[in-house]
Amino acid sequence: MNQPDLRVTIGGLVFKNPVLTASGTFGYGQEFAPYVNLHHLGGVVVKGISLAPRRGNPPPRLVETTGGMLNAIGLENVGLDRFIAEKMPYLREIGTRVIVNILGDSLEEYQTLAQRLSEVEGVSALEVNISCPNVKKGGVAFGTDPAMAEAVTRAVCAGSNLPVIVKLSPNVTDITLIAKAVEAGGAQAVSLINTLLGMAIDIRSRRPRLANIVGGLSGPAIKPIALRMVWQVAQAVKIPVIGIGGITTTEDALEFLLAGATAIEIGTANFINPRASQEIVEGLARYVTDNRLAGISAVIGGLVLS
Amino acid sequence: MSPFEEQSEIVRQEQLTPEIFRLTLKAPEIAGTARPGQFVMVRISSCYDPLLRRPLSIHQTIGGKQVQLLYKVVGLGTRLLASMHSGQQLNLTGPLGHGFEFAGKQAICLVGGGMGIAPLYFLAREILRQTRPPKCMVLLGARTAAELGPLPQDFLDLGVTKIHLATDDGSLGHHGFVAELLPQHLAPDLHWTACTCGPQPMMKAVVSQCRQQGWECQVSLETMMACGISACLGCAVPRADLSGPYLHVCKDGPVFKAEEVAWL
Repeated sequence: MNQPDLRVTIGGLVFKNPVLTASGTFGYGQEFAPYVNLHHLGGVVVKGISLAPRRGNPPPRLVETTGGMLNAIGLENVGLDRFIAEKMPYLREIGTRVIVNILGDSLEEYQTLAQRLSEVEGVSALEVNISCPNVKKGGVAFGTDPAMAEAVTRAVCAGSNLPVIVKLSPNVTDITLIAKAVEAGGAQAVSLINTLLGMAIDIRSRRPRLANIVGGLSGPAIKPIALRMVWQVAQAVKIPVIGIGGITTTEDALEFLLAGATAIEIGTANFINPRASQEIVEGLARYVTDNRLAGISAVIGGLVLS
Repeated sequence: MSPFEEQSEIVRQEQLTPEIFRLTLKAPEIAGTARPGQFVMVRISSCYDPLLRRPLSIHQTIGGKQVQLLYKVVGLGTRLLASMHSGQQLNLTGPLGHGFEFAGKQAICLVGGGMGIAPLYFLAREILRQTRPPKCMVLLGARTAAELGPLPQDFLDLGVTKIHLATDDGSLGHHGFVAELLPQHLAPDLHWTACTCGPQPMMKAVVSQCRQQGWECQVSLETMMACGISACLGCAVPRADLSGPYLHVCKDGPVFKAEEVAWL
């Protein structure tokens, strides 16, 4: 029997299947090698990289909530130089696409990251985390203002010949406005959603459970919100949408594809089941075969409304 | 050594005290390579509540085929775990992290408080299995005698000859904290290595005693963690000098040299 065709195209790049791993939940790939055949995945999105290393937030950084978890890791990462020197040699050999998630404090930092990473062999695309505060503009997050989101997209696209995916924050009133802005700024795709801001309190000590007070909610609890936003954005833009948010099973992944996502990213599920991403690839293959579809692309945007 | 993901069958679930349980699982890959002080991540529910795996230190391995976990019911996850019985399956990842270093030491003192006793049993067994075992002292503490349950006897059955107990309420052994036993029982002419696991204030007191005496001290830390495999970076602990990148309990620990980490 022929292998089912799971290929999808984003920003001119062909991915062998639509299953990627979400930044910050899959380390630099190597951490999952004992559990997953990395080359079976559509791609690996690595932990967000800044120009200089970042320490991240003080602990406690993590708390479990009903059907989800809150994190305030604070973008801890090894920084660009060590990423290129220590992590890329391994990533070049994993046999799938490597997408580097980037983050910065200023337009200049984003652009420099884009320029430097464009010259690195083995990087397939950039994913831009715009949920960070713009230090030079009073700390307002790039991702919550359409004009700033567009500006950061332009800065990255000007600095790079790689396909640029912009990762959208859900902590806005109308995510389609941000999606349209980054499309206008030259993004080849959008990925959504990043985590939802949340909070948890220890009633005995009356203290917040996170040292950072607030953190990002992820996991199955956020899936309906993510799915709704993916569907809205898929209507609003012409560029491909990558769906993220609580995807834990093949059925979850199919929902996002039906809502209009061209690909999906597996996040918190990697923590619960380190083999989740590979199992979802296998599940999508079975779905295509069992339903005698020409390929997974026959599912994308297949939501029936009437 | 690379960790494994292993679907493991429960061999035995024993209730040792009203709150403390001992779970034996068939997990040959993990049991085959586990070292004292390492831990496993246990997926307790195939549903989403509780969502995350629970880190549990390895109480011992049996015949290189089975993994034994000792845990106390403290919340939803451990309550669900306690309701499981032999024949049921649990998914484990492990063995994870760095364990205790005990080879070539002159004299080792194991200091355990509450559920911190769990990994020390495995350690005591491996220490005594060496061809020329060092002098080995075991100090165990808990809030009450009932909380210690059969654990002191388990150490005696291993062949530990020097064991002293402390309870907060005085119901067994020394009336007070286990750290207070160190100066009483450890011969000052020996170069001791303390290996400790338990509540943070207890370990802090042990570290302080060791520092005064110039003894080595290894501490096993516990933090909230989502993955156990250094992907989530949730298990950060500050370094002793409070600068530089955080240490991560899952990868750099759970056992650290006491002087590596900050004791705030």
